[in-house]
Amino acid sequence: MSFWEYANPVKFLKLSGVLLPYFSILAAITIIAGISWGFFFTPDDYKQGATVKILYVHVPSAFVAINAWFMMLVASIIWLVRRHHVSALAAKAAAPIGIAMTIIGLVTGALWGQPMWGTWWEWDPKLTSFLILFLFYLGYIILWAAVDDPDTAADLTSVLCIVGSVFAVLSRYATNFWNQGLHQDASLSIDKEEHVADVFYYPLIVVMAGFVLLFFALVLLNTRSEIMKRRAGAIMARSRI
Amino acid sequence: MKNGHAGILRGPNGVGKTTLLRALAGLQPVEAGKIKCSLEDICYSGHADGVKPTLTVQENLEFWANIFSSPSISEVAEKFMIIDLLNSKVGNLSAGQKRRVGLARLGLTGRQVWLLDEPTVSLDETSVKIFGNIIKDHLSEDGCALIATHIDLGLENRAQIFDLLKYKAASGELSNSNEAFL
Amino acid sequence: MIALIIRDLKISVRAGGGFGLSLAFFFIIVIFFPFAIGPDLDLLSKVAPGTLWLGALLACLLSLERIFALDFEDGTLDLLATSSLPLESVVISKALVHWLTTGLPLVLLTPFFGILLGLQNNNIIFLIISLIFGTPALSIIGTFGAALTAGMKRGGLLLSILVLPLYIPTLIFGAEAARRGIQGFETQNSILLLLGVSLLSWAILPFAAASVLRINLR
Repeated sequence: MSFWEYANPVKFLKLSGVLLPYFSILAAITIIAGISWGFFFTPDDYKQGATVKILYVHVPSAFVAINAWFMMLVASIIWLVRRHHVSALAAKAAAPIGIAMTIIGLVTGALWGQPMWGTWWEWDPKLTSFLILFLFYLGYIILWAAVDDPDTAADLTSVLCIVGSVFAVLSRYATNFWNQGLHQDASLSIDKEEHVADVFYYPLIVVMAGFVLLFFALVLLNTRSEIMKRRAGAIMARSRI
Repeated sequence: MKNGHAGILRGPNGVGKTTLLRALAGLQPVEAGKIKCSLEDICYSGHADGVKPTLTVQENLEFWANIFSSPSISEVAEKFMIIDLLNSKVGNLSAGQKRRVGLARLGLTGRQVWLLDEPTVSLDETSVKIFGNIIKDHLSEDGCALIATHIDLGLENRAQIFDLLKYKAASGELSNSNEAFL
Repeated sequence: MIALIIRDLKISVRAGGGFGLSLAFFFIIVIFFPFAIGPDLDLLSKVAPGTLWLGALLACLLSLERIFALDFEDGTLDLLATSSLPLESVVISKALVHWLTTGLPLVLLTPFFGILLGLQNNNIIFLIISLIFGTPALSIIGTFGAALTAGMKRGGLLLSILVLPLYIPTLIFGAEAARRGIQGFETQNSILLLLGVSLLSWAILPFAAASVLRINLR
């Protein structure tokens, strides 16, 4: 019994059908619990007041936005190396979720920035690189939509994803170099001293876990519908013969 | 198929002649079966001529001669009856003349296996005859050719006809990528 | 490979080859900036490095679609792919020709445009250096984009959407180098980083572009 067995679309459909409800329910519970903990049971920040609470949406969505791209990168490489269709479709499925999370991150950031920095938008390196990430997602999604043949589309988007990753990292450094910004340092980090106080930290961890679960649930759901679309196409092709 | 022989691919439109030739030339992945020939020996010529309208015939041929590192173009130009055209721009040629320039590239490659997809399109009767003779020469020099065509090239006993309609069942099967989803 | 470069150069200077189109476009963009911003030379000289970089980038973008489209249509690409010349070399030749016909002329015309935008003589040198190091990256990245969209009908707009995000690091480092030089700061870091982006692009993108060309030729 190997892990790769689930790269078979039919087996993947079966397994993911079982897992999906669990992921969805868990995601719902953790997000509701984490957000209500963060919103109603933590004190207001002494400087930022209640606005600090947007953190519970902003940080997790930004976290998922970046890691969704990593997931797409890994899935693309697996497709190019091992030619598992599920992998290509999972990368395709993750892109809309990634771009949605990027938009949520940008919008919540703007809402937070207005009272804090006095401006909706600032060409700060972190904000700018999120805008750039948005462009990369956009190109990837548009390329998927532009190619008819699903295998060709999977190949082309996979190469674009790999090349895009290199240039996205370069852009991140370029924006840092270009403007040393006013964004605060990472809210969470393992190796450094924590940047937010414990009272804010624990609910944030819960919401982050919830967003990750939500991401998995949505990717499973999207991948399933992509597989079913391909399956319907294949069945139709067979009935024509 | 042996050296010195030609194969003629026949079959109705859409049966997969072009696909087969492109797969043999290494341009398309093969779903089943094996090709027992080095890609370095194969020369493919498709529907399009691959000649540039703004360059002269000579410039076009010299370019391909360079790519395939073959020495001289004059011999080939003579063989394909385009020696008078060498200095004219391809853009001013007729479709048949253009086709001859495109086919002349075959002579420049120095490769053994010719894969020809409808080579006689827009050629007139005499040109077809000349081209048939060129293929015969190529065959007697131990080369071989696989040609998708509906015209009799006058190859007589040298040619073996493959009717792709018989294999239609095989090519009509689902592609591997669809099969995975059933 | 040299034969391919020579042939493409010949085609580009013959009638309808498109040589000079992107230059004319660059010229028009540079002239239009004062119309949009106003004739104040002080202000113009401040935005000049950005304007010239953006103009060069757009002029580059305009000529990308031609890189593979014609060869794809008339079957030349099929024939090159079955020849003994590796597709990676084809990509490198194409990118080189694109640079020779677009990037290099832009660099050579920059002093003239710099004057139009109110740059001092000794400042123009920074723009030239940054463009010399940066435009090769624009060409090879663009060639990768052209390979991605080769064979698509009306791939032009798609090509721009795919290529522009990849241009960001080059644009930032290039314009930064020119800006810093003109304002009298040190430029070494940004120029080295720009050179790094160029070299990295030329090192990895020929392989990526050749692989997507093979996919598109199927």
